[in-house]
Amino acid sequence: MSVIVQAKKNAGVSRWKTLTRRLEHGDTIFRALTILAALIVVVTVGAIGLQLWNTSALSRDKFGWGFLIGQDWNPVAQNFGALPFIYGTLQSALLALVLAVPVGLGIAIFLSELAPDWLRQPLGFLVELLAAVPSVVYGLWGLFVFVPIFVKPIADALNQGLGFIPLFQGPVFGPSRFAASLVLAIMVLPTISAVSRDVFLAIPRAQREAALALGATRWEMISQVLVPYGLSGILGAVILGLGRALGETIAVTMLIGNNLDLTASILHPGYTMASLIVNEFTEATYPLYLQALIEIALVLFAITLLLNLIARLLIWRVARRTTTEARV
Amino acid sequence: MFKLKTAIAFGVILALAVIVSACASNAAPITAPTSAPAATPASGGVVAAPTSPAASGALTVNGAGGTFPYPLYSRWFYQYATVDPTVKFNYQAIGSGGGIAQITAKTVDFGASDAILNDSQLQAAPGLQMFPTVAGAIVPSYNLKDTDGNPITATIKFPRTALADIYLGKIKKWNDPVLTQANPDIKLPNKDIIVVHRSDGSGTTFIFTDYLSKVSADWKQQVGNSTSVQWPVGLGGKGNEGVSGVVAQNEGALGYIELAYALQNKLTYGLVQNKSGDYVQPTTAAVQSAMADFGTDMGDKLAISIVDAPGKTSWPISGYTYILVYMNQTDCAKAQKLTAFLKWAWSSGTQYATELEYIPLPDAVRTAVLSKLGQITCNGKPL
Repeated sequence: MSVIVQAKKNAGVSRWKTLTRRLEHGDTIFRALTILAALIVVVTVGAIGLQLWNTSALSRDKFGWGFLIGQDWNPVAQNFGALPFIYGTLQSALLALVLAVPVGLGIAIFLSELAPDWLRQPLGFLVELLAAVPSVVYGLWGLFVFVPIFVKPIADALNQGLGFIPLFQGPVFGPSRFAASLVLAIMVLPTISAVSRDVFLAIPRAQREAALALGATRWEMISQVLVPYGLSGILGAVILGLGRALGETIAVTMLIGNNLDLTASILHPGYTMASLIVNEFTEATYPLYLQALIEIALVLFAITLLLNLIARLLIWRVARRTTTEARV
Repeated sequence: MFKLKTAIAFGVILALAVIVSACASNAAPITAPTSAPAATPASGGVVAAPTSPAASGALTVNGAGGTFPYPLYSRWFYQYATVDPTVKFNYQAIGSGGGIAQITAKTVDFGASDAILNDSQLQAAPGLQMFPTVAGAIVPSYNLKDTDGNPITATIKFPRTALADIYLGKIKKWNDPVLTQANPDIKLPNKDIIVVHRSDGSGTTFIFTDYLSKVSADWKQQVGNSTSVQWPVGLGGKGNEGVSGVVAQNEGALGYIELAYALQNKLTYGLVQNKSGDYVQPTTAAVQSAMADFGTDMGDKLAISIVDAPGKTSWPISGYTYILVYMNQTDCAKAQKLTAFLKWAWSSGTQYATELEYIPLPDAVRTAVLSKLGQITCNGKPL
């Protein structure tokens, strides 16, 4: 009996010792802190989702799933639907990516593979500087400088040359989905190029040397070795860009024209979910109106989550494929 | 070991909670007076007013509401500090909707709204009184070249229902007979009218759609009147600067903006025919004339739409902005400070209103407003 007690005591002492040792060296504390940091993210995302769900009850009850395909947004008649805004959000974000990804990749390849040393640092710095410009500055600059000088002439030319395609139908105004997407493209450019540049720089030198040793030209090395090797990282960069494009608010609001029409033309003004919220939240004077806006936020939240999830799956598949290929 | 991990986690969460609640307790004085139950007059007037937070010295009066009057209110608070340094005003320009919600929940001492409260909103906040502080006017601004290609700087005249028909999409061209007949001296071009409106919910839109609803039955039925509406046609620009930016860039564009913004930025604006058929300049006198036209109809509510005023000298598109105050206050010290400030704002404060291109109340309206202000009580007793 006493032996057992003694043994237990010993065990207790030794456990206590390990514990103090670990505490002394900070392992446990560090572990707890990192777990806590990770938990904060989970809790925050969960809390936002829950809060949006709870505070949009009135609107969810009244409109049901029809909210997603409703084409009206009429605060006077108290009739709300999200379709024009979902459409506008997806269209402007995708168009921005289509414009930004090739340029961003080009910048990244130039910076990591081709640029002379004296240009690398300053150019990389400039690209990152683009990311530091506040979005309201992009909005004002876009509205007063970029759109009249640059976007409108291009839009006019597109309309005159390709106006028979629904995508480029007129009439051409200054603010439009096209204008918003172009500025969005500039805004996501630094994210895409900076992250993919780092991806390229992280590719082992041996890969390049092997390709060159096999007689590949520089172009072949980049297109057939570096890009496939870094594909999952590049996709990650694109997703970061997509996230920013989906959620961007002020600059888009100032440039997209805020119009509910569901037309195909990118030269037509449109509307995004984030713009709608920032436009109308402050003056939403009755509960259903406010809750409909919160439901818009909920939809935006869900779409962002969904797109990120799909993108993650894509990366995961790509990553698995490349590693198996590498093994073979 | 697990226990220790949990303990540390708890510790950190606790620390966070303490920080958060410390922040919240800073905000506590804002809500303090509202938690005090409304005392009955029977308790004999010795009801102690909740004393002001002694630590800070100056009494803080909190308000929240529309962005439209914000430049004026902040100027007023700034100037008033020299009149009575013992009171501080804290105004958050969170929008009329937020202002109404906060004063209804009594989390602020006064609210502010550009829109007139409807019956259900007033029922939700019994005893809440609207006080007009100043008015603002709205003008149609445009960017147009005449048939010879010269920019039109002359003042285009818009007949009474023309703006409604343009915003409904019925009048599509600048050389529509309705416009050419009213403007025989201007060579209006055969060009599409690019209609521009505010995209953000705003008091400006409330006043403008109020006007359109008054002059056009079609508008009233199809679109209606609100701080933001479902526009049948046109582009949305964010804020006055957004609307004027879109107008400036698109030849043939027409937008509505606040008179103050148009004057400060020297924008071209047109005249709108008033109810009696006249075209008057949107001056302080013309807006005050519109206020006076409805001065006797304000009644106890002290809130009335002043668009499409009948007087010959009245500008047709203007509206009041309101401060929302409970007629029976629970914090007597604050109530006294607030009413003293409002009295000052309606007398000495008018010069700052004029400076910032807001339109002060005409005498008739001011008398009614001041007499109502005198009826404010604290816990049932006159101040």
